[in-house]
Amino acid sequence: MSAMSEIPLPHTAKRVVPWWLLRHETMLAVILLVALIVLGGLNNRFLTLDNLLNQGRLTTEVGLIALPMTFIIITGGIDLSVGSIVGLCAILLGYSWKIFGFPLPLAICFSLLVGAAAGFLNGIVITKVKVPPLIMTIATLALYRGLAEGISQARSVRGYPEWFYFIGQENFFGVPAQLWLLLIAIVVAAIVLDRTTFGRTLYAIGNNETAARFSGLPVDRVKLIIYTLSGFMAGLSACVLVSRVTTTRSDMGIGYELDVIAAVVLGGTSIFGGVGTIWGTVVGLAMIQLLKNGLALTGVKGDATIVVIGTVLILSTLVASSLQRRREGV
Amino acid sequence: MTAVTITGAEADPRRRLKVLASQEALLAIAVIGLAIAVGLYNPRFLAARNLSDVLLGNAYIAVAAVGMSMVIVSGNIDISVGALIGVLATISGTLAVNGAPIVVAWLAALVAGVLVMALQGAIIAYLRIPAIVVTLGMLSILKGGLISVTGGKWITDLPDSFHLADIELFGVLPFPVFLMILATILAALWMRYSASGRAIYAVGGNAEAARLCGISQPRTIVMVFALHGFFAGAAALLYATQLRVIQSTVPPNLELTIITASVVGGVSILGGVGTVVGSTLAAVLIAEIASALVFIDVSPYWIRAVQGVLILVTVIADILRRRRMAGA
Repeated sequence: MSAMSEIPLPHTAKRVVPWWLLRHETMLAVILLVALIVLGGLNNRFLTLDNLLNQGRLTTEVGLIALPMTFIIITGGIDLSVGSIVGLCAILLGYSWKIFGFPLPLAICFSLLVGAAAGFLNGIVITKVKVPPLIMTIATLALYRGLAEGISQARSVRGYPEWFYFIGQENFFGVPAQLWLLLIAIVVAAIVLDRTTFGRTLYAIGNNETAARFSGLPVDRVKLIIYTLSGFMAGLSACVLVSRVTTTRSDMGIGYELDVIAAVVLGGTSIFGGVGTIWGTVVGLAMIQLLKNGLALTGVKGDATIVVIGTVLILSTLVASSLQRRREGV
Repeated sequence: MTAVTITGAEADPRRRLKVLASQEALLAIAVIGLAIAVGLYNPRFLAARNLSDVLLGNAYIAVAAVGMSMVIVSGNIDISVGALIGVLATISGTLAVNGAPIVVAWLAALVAGVLVMALQGAIIAYLRIPAIVVTLGMLSILKGGLISVTGGKWITDLPDSFHLADIELFGVLPFPVFLMILATILAALWMRYSASGRAIYAVGGNAEAARLCGISQPRTIVMVFALHGFFAGAAALLYATQLRVIQSTVPPNLELTIITASVVGGVSILGGVGTVVGSTLAAVLIAEIASALVFIDVSPYWIRAVQGVLILVTVIADILRRRRMAGA
């Protein structure tokens, strides 16, 4: 946008601090560390291994979606429909099992498939019809939530078999089972973004889509893949969520888009596209979860924490964009 | 989102007008056609009581959609408006209950609406943070703030004189419907004929060209958001005063319904195109559909899915139409 057309200022200041110290992710990690210590000082239940692992458990559902969202935002896109896909997949998981009588493993596969299909629909309209991602996913935010509500008619499904609760509630080598899932997903996402042509293509699209197209990169196919992946991960998140809370309702996942986008943007991924890392998103996720938990432990009510998240989202974008402008100026 | 290349077809105002006229005519036909179709299936749908419920109870959505349409025409979006309407209704109601003069209670909603939205507009325009991030953040601040402050309590015992929505002009015309029509006409005339109104189209259509023509993009955007805040305040008053209580929870997905009205009404999501007449017709159509579902024995739980399909179809149609025009 306009930042691109600005003429760089002449080189005036000498670099006294190493560049990586000024990176958004590094600064965020330092803030995170300080927050940890302060919150730990305020409440002695905060800095316990149990509490931290439990926070990891709670962050998994948002975390799983934040990874593909990082890809999407790096390309300059956005996906607001993820929360609704979580709701739709949760409902379909419960309904296909309880009402249609699918075996539960099949019901899980079915709901993951629907998640992927929902993301695919977003992707195909965004790439083929060229509807802006923001508007397309606002439309499907309504559509997918509407389907979940229409199918469920406000009834919930519960009483899943015991084994299904493993992923949501059990520990595996002392660490919550879903946290393993998230860790694997993080490592895979980081490798894909950093070390593969696919990952580099995302940055190329975000920096200059037209140039990426002219360089012969498969822009549309890559976008289609990431939106489909986003839907699939939202489906996976739905399964983990249902397993954790043991019930299925059509209002599941409402507001997830805010948490997910906040984590990604907080983690230094530019909403303008072209910039971002998985590492940043992970720190962003940790930051938000610790804020929520830390504030709750110090006696702040749940609703006030979403005020904090909103404020942090706006402020961090402000800081990031002013830093970027300065970096371009130097 | 803001920067859109202008194509030959869009540059031709007569052609653009023709397309928009067809969108509005189409909506008017849809509103009447649907009423007749549902009336044939279930005559009770056409009862005066039901039709007035549809218009009265949803006029505030049309009023809010007037402001939203301006925002979208300017190439931005606002997803905080639903939460804002909840906050403004609560502010106004709290003042009224605590003995403030009624006019002050009414004005407070309008002023607070303008202030919050102008602030958002300023952040978007001067600090160059995308509207989606700012309004998403504000959505969460307002929503969380409202519940934290009120503790989820409803406001009751509102004084009778507070109920703006009960007023009937000349003994027949309900105030909400009057306000809906007045806001639409004034906004339509202003956007069509005044320089500042035209500036919104210029900024949304091609920000660079607008700048070169001497239009200040930041100032236009702050103005648009401030106006949007004013309409949100008016909408909040209608919303707050139509029931005897004000629920301190924000009406869920209100912003979505308002955006749907704008988009279905023909406001182009790419910015630069659209009228408020279309968005008001669309708001009426959406309310009518919600009511119609009940009368044709479809569960109201499907309403949001219908809304989603409506946006999807109009948006895709809009883009395809633009492409065909650009190709022709």
